[in-house]
Amino acid sequence: MLLQGNEAVVEGALRAGCRFFAGYPITPATEISEILSVKLPQVEGTFIQMEDEIASLGAVVGASLAGVKSMTATSGPGFSLMQENLGFAIIAEVPCVIVNVMRGGPSTGLPTFPSQSDVMQARWGTHGDHPAIVLSASTVRECYDMTIKAFNLSERFRTPVVLLIDEVVGHMREKMILSEGEEVEIFNRVKPTVPPEWYIPYEDTPSGIPAMANFGEGYRYHVTGLTHDVRGFPTSRPDEIGPFIARLHRKISQHFSEIQMTEFFQNEDAEITIVAYGCVARSAKRAVFELREKGFKVGLLKLVTIWPFVRSAVEKVLQTSKILLVPEMNMGQISREVKRVNRGMAKVFTLNKVDGTIITPEEIVNRIMEVS
Amino acid sequence: MSEVTKLIHKYLRHDKKFPHVWCPGCGIGIMLGALIRAIDRIGFEKDEVVLVSGIGCSGRLPVYVDFNTLHTTHGRALTFATGVKLANPRLKVIVIMGDGDAVAIGGNHFIHAARRNIDVTSIILNNSIYGMTGGQSSPTTPYGMKSSTTVYSNIEQDFKISELAVTAGAVFVGRGTVYHARLLDSLIEKAILKPGFSMVEVIAHCHTQYGKQNRLGSAVEMMEWQRDHSVMVEKTDTLKPEELKDKIVIGVLVDKQLPVYQDEYKKIRERAMGMAGR
Repeated sequence: MLLQGNEAVVEGALRAGCRFFAGYPITPATEISEILSVKLPQVEGTFIQMEDEIASLGAVVGASLAGVKSMTATSGPGFSLMQENLGFAIIAEVPCVIVNVMRGGPSTGLPTFPSQSDVMQARWGTHGDHPAIVLSASTVRECYDMTIKAFNLSERFRTPVVLLIDEVVGHMREKMILSEGEEVEIFNRVKPTVPPEWYIPYEDTPSGIPAMANFGEGYRYHVTGLTHDVRGFPTSRPDEIGPFIARLHRKISQHFSEIQMTEFFQNEDAEITIVAYGCVARSAKRAVFELREKGFKVGLLKLVTIWPFVRSAVEKVLQTSKILLVPEMNMGQISREVKRVNRGMAKVFTLNKVDGTIITPEEIVNRIMEVS
Repeated sequence: MSEVTKLIHKYLRHDKKFPHVWCPGCGIGIMLGALIRAIDRIGFEKDEVVLVSGIGCSGRLPVYVDFNTLHTTHGRALTFATGVKLANPRLKVIVIMGDGDAVAIGGNHFIHAARRNIDVTSIILNNSIYGMTGGQSSPTTPYGMKSSTTVYSNIEQDFKISELAVTAGAVFVGRGTVYHARLLDSLIEKAILKPGFSMVEVIAHCHTQYGKQNRLGSAVEMMEWQRDHSVMVEKTDTLKPEELKDKIVIGVLVDKQLPVYQDEYKKIRERAMGMAGR
């Protein structure tokens, strides 16, 4: 199949079991809405175009509480509006997926030009202390795989998962092979097995992830955006607030190995490592080939999971390389993280581009030759 | 056991620590009672009812009741309700909002939910003020009245919530007051039974904030004002416009038929499946 990144997101969502989509038109994510408006009713799913992005994520969270895997897709300006209900999904622990096809900002910015400038917004955009799971994709195939992964992680950890792609990956067409019998791991939320009167909806389990009852299944409980006790009722008791916020973080932090995905390329003997993600990882891969031909020992660490930050993988290349280059289509959002974990192990250089054009392999090659 | 005790035992949550958050004399309790009586008369199973709310005094209502309850973000209750209803149309979705919730921060969601004719029932407690945050003016604070943010005088015109719902296309619009409790019971019952977007506006007093700042007296006095200023919609034909000027028109204001969203969407699914060759 020759598919666009946005089309692959749709295929991945349907494969993962997504049966509800609420969205608002925005470039460059609109294809996801348009295609799902055709395909969801064909599989007894529901598509609805809402009045804005706040409403879109509200409807998605509502649908998920009623037991249906749900998703929305947007770009920067819409993602800004979604921050309010994103926080609600985090505190109420409602699985859902938000695809942000990044474009240049701030504000209306560059509707049809690529960017990677929402990396920090995806981490810290909604207020309050909270964990975040954010994935990225650099190929059409990865758009498919990571959409499925996003659904699986959201169902597994009862939290919203953001998939950050950029205008280049979203609109790029690539060959993608999807065989009919291909096995895909699909994870569905764990439901309570106890009788309703025993059910504690926000129980502090060893995994940190309580079982989730859907509305209408006999487990009547309270869902709120207020800080709540294990029964879901609002609380102002310090001995309940602290453990609750701690559990929200712990349910993610004690499962890093299930969440954090990276790809190493030509790293065995690399003295220079490029750390890249999204469409920049494509240029970086090409640059590795070209630099190897010139005799530079260069490797690539591609970040697939953006948050939680893949500290251990980055530390590994910081220890084995003399130089790290972090090319990004923003002013340095991930390079800041790389520098944070560096602590003098290697020299970390940046290559930032914010003019609405992609970072080319040549620019990466030139930058490496300049700093090495 | 009295009827009221039976209803309390059946519908209030035993594991929720009372007392509730509302001030003594507040009208929300009367609205809650009317809602419970309506649901009990209709005979819904508790498992099939989803009670959704926004933020504010009214937003705290669902926590006390033994249904599937969802306390959402400020003004967004109808968006969550839309998702719940479309994902599982068997659920009976009732949304509780305040005036700030429904026509200030959530005004856009309110008119669009009405326009779409999503099958949910909205019950809007209109007490003309932001009570929980300390008595600031709301979109329904009348011109010339005082609040914590209009200490000199409110210079804005107020929204008429029911009239807004009518214009936005709601298929059922009713208005009552917390004084007219029996009327409220029947309005809420009719609204819940109505397929499509139904809305009941409940005129209530906030003696703690609005009443105090405007010297309108106690809760009882404010409820007497509701009694003296309400006119049943059926009687409005016989009254002159100047007689209606400071009156609250109560009763069923609109009851009409329009295609309901999820029924229409079912047809879309059938067409889509037909085209996909299934």
